[in-house]
Amino acid sequence: MRLALDLFTILCVSAGGVFFLAATIGMLRFPDTLTRLHALTKADNLGLGLVVLGLLPRMEGVAEALKLVGIWLLALLAAATVAQLVARAALRETAGQPGGPPR
Amino acid sequence: MAEFLVVAAAFVLLTVGAGLVRILHGPAEADRMMAAQLLGSGGIAVLLLLAVAMERPAAVDVALVLALLAAFAAVAFVKGRSPSGAGDPEA
Repeated sequence: MRLALDLFTILCVSAGGVFFLAATIGMLRFPDTLTRLHALTKADNLGLGLVVLGLLPRMEGVAEALKLVGIWLLALLAAATVAQLVARAALRETAGQPGGPPR
Repeated sequence: MAEFLVVAAAFVLLTVGAGLVRILHGPAEADRMMAAQLLGSGGIAVLLLLAVAMERPAAVDVALVLALLAAFAAVAFVKGRSPSGAGDPEA
């Protein structure tokens, strides 16, 4: 049983790491602001979610596990709202320039 | 097991560090803010991994505070960008 839990942790945490890598590559390689924002917000939440999922069996009590999930939910909410605000700021910033949507 | 978690934390930190390049030559202000946002999330993941690897439950609370501050940083950015300062970029 212990081995199964460890294996689960290793799998989830490495999957989370892969998503962080995807977020970084997405942020560096994508052509314009909004696509970068999309790549960043999706992947870093999923990355954090998988890391938290992987760490859950390692937690001693239920309270600790709930705290971990709480952190992930807070990060989820924060990133979602922030992505909307930054996207609107980016759109407004480039709406004035001729040539339409940000390139 | 703890070694794996430390290695994973180092990997996430390196990944986020590579993401900071976007701050250097991000054309738009929003790109620079995004890199800071990724640093916040990456920092939370690293803190959680290290908290479990080194059996320090206090680091979980530090990650909680970092999650809060990352959100505030981005809201401050948006408030600074909007003309009226009210925070609604379309206002």
